[in-house]
Amino acid sequence: MMPGSAADPLADAVLAARLFVLAPQVFRGMTLRGSSPARDALVAALGAAIALRRMPGHVDDERLLGGIDLAASLSSGRPVRQTGLIEEARGGALLAGMAERMDSSIAGRLAQALDDGQAALVLLDDATEAEEVPPVSLTERLAFACDLAASREWRGVTLEPAAGTLTQVAPLDDDALRALAATAEALGVDSVRALIFAGAAARGLAALAGRDAATKSDLAGAVRLVLAPRATRLPPPEEDAPPEDQPPPPPPDSERDDQTDNEQQQPEPNLSELLVEAAKAAIPADLLAQLAQGKAPRRASSSGTGQKRKAATRGKPLGARPGMPRGGAKLALIDSLRAAVPWQAVRKREAGADANSAIIMRKEDLRIRRFEERSPRVTIFAVDASGSAAAARLAEAKGAVELMLGQAYVTRSEVALVAFRGTSADLILPPTRSLTRARRTLAELPGGGGTPLAMGLNVAREVAEAVIARGRSAALVILTDGRANIAADGAPGRPQAAADAEAAAKAIHARGIDALVVDISARPGPEGAELARALGGRFLALPRADARMIQAAINAVQPIGKAA
Amino acid sequence: MARFPFSAIVGQDEMKLALLIAAVDPSIGGVMVFGDRGTGKSTAARALAGLLPPIMAADGCVYGCSADDQARYPGVCGTGKMVKRAVPFVDMPLGATEDRVIGSLDLERALRSGEKAFEPGLLAKAHRGFLYIDEINLLEDHLVDLLLDVAASGENVVEREGLSVRHPAKFVLIGSGNPEEGELRPQLLDRFGLSVEVRSPKDIEVRIAIMRLVAENERDPQSFASRWAGEDEKILKRVAKGKARLPKLEAGDDVLRDAAELCLAVGADGLRGELTLMRAARALAALDGAKSVTRKHLVTIAPLALRHRLRRDVLDETGSTVRITRAIAELFG
Repeated sequence: MMPGSAADPLADAVLAARLFVLAPQVFRGMTLRGSSPARDALVAALGAAIALRRMPGHVDDERLLGGIDLAASLSSGRPVRQTGLIEEARGGALLAGMAERMDSSIAGRLAQALDDGQAALVLLDDATEAEEVPPVSLTERLAFACDLAASREWRGVTLEPAAGTLTQVAPLDDDALRALAATAEALGVDSVRALIFAGAAARGLAALAGRDAATKSDLAGAVRLVLAPRATRLPPPEEDAPPEDQPPPPPPDSERDDQTDNEQQQPEPNLSELLVEAAKAAIPADLLAQLAQGKAPRRASSSGTGQKRKAATRGKPLGARPGMPRGGAKLALIDSLRAAVPWQAVRKREAGADANSAIIMRKEDLRIRRFEERSPRVTIFAVDASGSAAAARLAEAKGAVELMLGQAYVTRSEVALVAFRGTSADLILPPTRSLTRARRTLAELPGGGGTPLAMGLNVAREVAEAVIARGRSAALVILTDGRANIAADGAPGRPQAAADAEAAAKAIHARGIDALVVDISARPGPEGAELARALGGRFLALPRADARMIQAAINAVQPIGKAA
Repeated sequence: MARFPFSAIVGQDEMKLALLIAAVDPSIGGVMVFGDRGTGKSTAARALAGLLPPIMAADGCVYGCSADDQARYPGVCGTGKMVKRAVPFVDMPLGATEDRVIGSLDLERALRSGEKAFEPGLLAKAHRGFLYIDEINLLEDHLVDLLLDVAASGENVVEREGLSVRHPAKFVLIGSGNPEEGELRPQLLDRFGLSVEVRSPKDIEVRIAIMRLVAENERDPQSFASRWAGEDEKILKRVAKGKARLPKLEAGDDVLRDAAELCLAVGADGLRGELTLMRAARALAALDGAKSVTRKHLVTIAPLALRHRLRRDVLDETGSTVRITRAIAELFG
């Protein structure tokens, strides 16, 4: 976003925030992406308008929903209840920072509370990587999503109170409903929930201005605020204007009236065309770029944090340790009693109780059970789709990956796929367990071109590092002939390419990531074995192997990736 | 928040049908809903629970025991007299722990008075009602195993932490999930009775109708509910009549043969497919008020009963539904 540009994202975010404040129970909340002074100012302004209750990322079930406060109950000798954060925030909103790291169990609770109309939510999304997104189950349920990362504004924000109320605004007429539905269709927004939010937002914008019916500009505003951020495709192109050169969206607030005047002077365009135009101008820049490339918008990887497992809840039992039984941790009753017994004589004397009274427990006696669990494994396939490998082996490699996937969805491990060919390497399948998605991606994998082995290794390493950062273990399976001829910078030339590939392999080795090289060339040369050596991994030459043989070989070296 | 009237839900006919069949014959074994977000899956499930007439349950019983249950599980809920209560609808959150689902040792009582008491979990709450699990495909496997096991046996047996408790837990399990985000293991899928595919309505008129209804409901939930009460009442009567008719209906030999042939033709693994297909056809006939189970019932319900049981072929792109309709066309013309 250029400085001085008419459409600073903050303006729309302020508008969304005013709508949210107008009717928190209708709009349910907003996602604010990007850490910027503008966002801080907006959050401060929201805090002044409604009660915001900050929710830490490590909040546990008991604190969120309320329940018995065990420590207080033990010390006072009677049940002490604590209210949950959701209840405390009623009438206001919960504010969740670092929402992209939110645990799925917390997201599940919040989604329920949102559905029951008990809560409103402001999510702060600080993600910098495309793979990280706040739980989709929550963002889907919130009316607004504003990206403030590019905002150049930093002055204080005030949320002007609304001139009217939502109930004063008449229901949308059929034309308006139809236009919204058509716009959603054009943008590929399937969710009916989004459509309902858009209708409410149009009426809300009218209420902010004190009108008793929604006008065209209100509808356009609703499309901009609700539908555009959810777009999954670009509206079908008319004429020639590329979306990037669109005029700025209709400025909100004060200038709205002029805008309406302008519209009346021009030949009247069809209402839904008008709305689609408004949406196009408001699709966030990064989303636009992705859509233009035909990529799906950023989304949570298959199971995202859903598979993050707590070793506190299950697995192989270990000893007990002191701690409070909360957040899914289980009380080790026997160990707790054992810890309390030696102190009974002293405590009973202190409490003045007689020798026959019940055992006196204190918070420090509590022990919780511990479990050891293997972290879930992600197998990352780096597939050489270059001309030299493709001719001979790409079909088999695809087949092997599909078989592994079929198995992965029984063993619940995950699979990711990196393909390298020509002068690029891409993560074409983020870690997933979904056969449906994987199959589609594989079917579309083309072959041919040079062998940018170094690039492929680097991308695979980045994926592995992201996997490890999420507490899972990663293993690489590299299917290649090892004959690199494209260097890391994309330039052709064998010597440099080989040197770069070796450096990339050593970087993987240095990270301690397990690797297996499957030589898929028709006549295995020394390159594959050398690559495996640089990786510190295993090597398999599979001349004339078919998909099932490759799979069997991968299974045979299955111990890779077990440690982490 | 007031529940959305069941009859006011636009479209989603397949899902509504599956829910009604499960209401007529809960022994069918749960409904799995595949579909995107924001398609009204949970709205439909909640609406059905809100529609059904109140049940008679022992007063003060945490499990909501019926008179039958009281006789079968003496000592579980005492002999409280029967009072009306709403059909339970339990929405199970993704992060629920095993303790919360099956129940656990009542910690507070255990520590304070040394008493070994059982604190019932979500399964107890869902007895005689619905247990809805959004994104069941992201739920931990051992929990899904456990849920399906209890749903099939109608009884929750707890043997842990020194507890030995048995209590009734009969409920209709409704799971939903988007297969794009991870799939259920085939063993688990097979144990769901019916499965439906819910898509976002593509028809603009349908989408407009939904927006209008939701807006009306938000503006004045009470008059909205009373406007649809008549329609809801009709559905309720259909379910009640279907329930009464069900025991009298029996599938004839010709229908059984059709069912067996169809299962063989599509390659549905295991006997469970045939059994469910037959039961579902029977429930559909009961719901329709038909005198006997016919091939028409069988064919209508076949995609719902079978599509999640077909053996997966990794390399075959053809959808399950297509395979079933094709087989039906070949077999029955």
